[in-house]
Amino acid sequence: MSGLLDINFFALSGQLLVGLINGSFYALLSLGLAIIFGLLRIINFAQGALYMVGAFAALLGLKYLSLSYWQALIFVPIMVGIFGMLIQVFLIRPIANQDHLYSLLLTFGLALMLQGIFTHLFGSSGLSYPTPEALKGGTRLPFMYLPNYRAWIIAVSVVVCGLTWWAIEKTKLGAYLRAGTENPQLLQAFGVNVPLIITLTFGFGVALAGLAGVLAAPVYSVSPDMGSNILIVVFAIVVIGGMGSIGGAIITGLAMGVIEGLTKYFYPQASSTVIFVVMVIVLMIKPSGLFGKEA
Amino acid sequence: MTLKKQILTAAIAGTLASAAMATTDGKVKIGVLADMSGTYADICGPGCVVATQMAIDDFGGKVLNKPIELISADSQLKPDIASAIARRWVESEDVDTIGGLVSSAVTGAVTQVTNNSKNIALITGSASNGFTTKACSPYIAHWTYNVVALANGTVKTMVGEGKKKWFFITADYAFGHALETVSSNVIKANGGEVVGSVRAPLGTTDFSSYVLQAQASGADVVALANAGNDTVNALNAATEFGLTESMDIAGLLVFSQNTKAMDGNVAGGMKLTTGFYWDLNDETRAWSKRFKEKHGEIPSMAHAGAYSATMHYLNAVQKAGTDDADVVMKQMKTTKPNDFFAVNAEFRGDGRMVHDMLLVQIKKPAERKDEDDIYKVLKVIPGSEAYNPMLDECNFSR
Repeated sequence: MSGLLDINFFALSGQLLVGLINGSFYALLSLGLAIIFGLLRIINFAQGALYMVGAFAALLGLKYLSLSYWQALIFVPIMVGIFGMLIQVFLIRPIANQDHLYSLLLTFGLALMLQGIFTHLFGSSGLSYPTPEALKGGTRLPFMYLPNYRAWIIAVSVVVCGLTWWAIEKTKLGAYLRAGTENPQLLQAFGVNVPLIITLTFGFGVALAGLAGVLAAPVYSVSPDMGSNILIVVFAIVVIGGMGSIGGAIITGLAMGVIEGLTKYFYPQASSTVIFVVMVIVLMIKPSGLFGKEA
Repeated sequence: MTLKKQILTAAIAGTLASAAMATTDGKVKIGVLADMSGTYADICGPGCVVATQMAIDDFGGKVLNKPIELISADSQLKPDIASAIARRWVESEDVDTIGGLVSSAVTGAVTQVTNNSKNIALITGSASNGFTTKACSPYIAHWTYNVVALANGTVKTMVGEGKKKWFFITADYAFGHALETVSSNVIKANGGEVVGSVRAPLGTTDFSSYVLQAQASGADVVALANAGNDTVNALNAATEFGLTESMDIAGLLVFSQNTKAMDGNVAGGMKLTTGFYWDLNDETRAWSKRFKEKHGEIPSMAHAGAYSATMHYLNAVQKAGTDDADVVMKQMKTTKPNDFFAVNAEFRGDGRMVHDMLLVQIKKPAERKDEDDIYKVLKVIPGSEAYNPMLDECNFSR
């Protein structure tokens, strides 16, 4: 009997760790969405497509420009960020005063177009990106084999999430940002360029999607529909965490990764739905989300 | 509109209508219904249209002295949409036969329409063996492959090599279940055992959790009873988490496009069964070269199958001297298909086209001459060994 329990404990530890890895990845993706919604009130449905663009950019950079993984980690988010800022300036700004629904529809259309273009150019089967040499291999833990690359994902995610949270909640720039969303007129009266702040914030939120894309490229098949598969889950995480709560998105991302991981162990058929079940329950009990401020 | 114009319009419309009626009889129109933009678009989408057109062109563009017409549509992988298109085609657009047909769910819906309307369905992309067993019909021609041939090819060979214990990572829908059931039967019949299985939802990105479960099962082989990106992602995770160091992986349904999407270092060495490989002999190379010039990519087995099925159909129409489905089907079944794709082939009474299958091994990057050089052919599996025997109640040639 104790033997059986031991095995279960080991198996469970492995599943928990895998859940945490996925959770840290979810956290990174939902962070970008949470920033864009929390500070700008834009529901960005193109976030998943931009994550896909990030992965493709890394792949094409490697193929045609010999851009290494490490260079891609820096340049691709910048490139995707600039692309996002162009979208914000030329497409989203003109409808900024309309209902949120308009930006949702616009970004959703954009996502479909990007996905369609990439399917047309690269086909639907996907492409592969080699794992960088320095991160190959893994460590044998008592209960499982931990690939170095997955450990790297956790590390990057923790650092990026921590820094972002700190920048928005604790620095002067972050204070401007938050003030700009609370009362743009007043902030503008103090001589702050609010439209620029909004564009930069959008660019940053989108750049995070690009970064996640580069991180994902070596482990998942790089395909045009990789973004749409993950977007809905990430949206659910943002809703559970509380729309707009930065800390909430990070913590919920991790927690949902673990819950999904456990479901994959106990009842895998439900693993694609469990997050939505949690979402329904949370919304029934606390409509503003776990960490959301009351509207 | 003046009276003069009205009369003129009516006269023109009348002429057009009578012209359409006159050419309907005996004129062959082929509809290719495939996945033009979704997950399986590379496997049987625009490429299946290209292959069908090639068959029409090679046939001379005309049959029974009338030009052969080709139309195509996107099934969007949705059974309801696909069956609506099929119904429109056969009822009001004079389509004689529907080809392409990828994803068993879509094909199931479409064949319900074509069985009722007595039009021939040339299935070239779907895997289910149901089309020639429990859902068999005198109007179905199942080309290319099916789940039984895949299992008999890959699974039987590996069990024979002493890999007795199997674990399944299965796509959680009809196709995955069918592939797992058929493969499990083959394993048990050959003295192996299934030590576990896990059902992963379609479109799962992260398979690491399932890989850990497979690792803990103590199996010799982990079989991937899924397709497309699911297979690629599962294989990536298996390699990453070190599963491939102690266990073998068997991809049960892998198209050449999927292989090209895999990292060669990861997938190299994996064995799989396919109905066609472009680099098998001079004939396949010549056809594939022509296909690549038109389509830009090497053909999948579904593409080659679409060509072969269309060609066999057109030959039968020519020989029978009519496009009547019953007569044409009878003719198709009395002549043995024989081309670069259908080798040692027989088109059985149940609508199953039985032909030689190939057991191949994915080459490591170092062994590849170029990006299309992906497989090493290990063995030719005779069709009679690969496919399920014909059920008596499905033999429509009696």
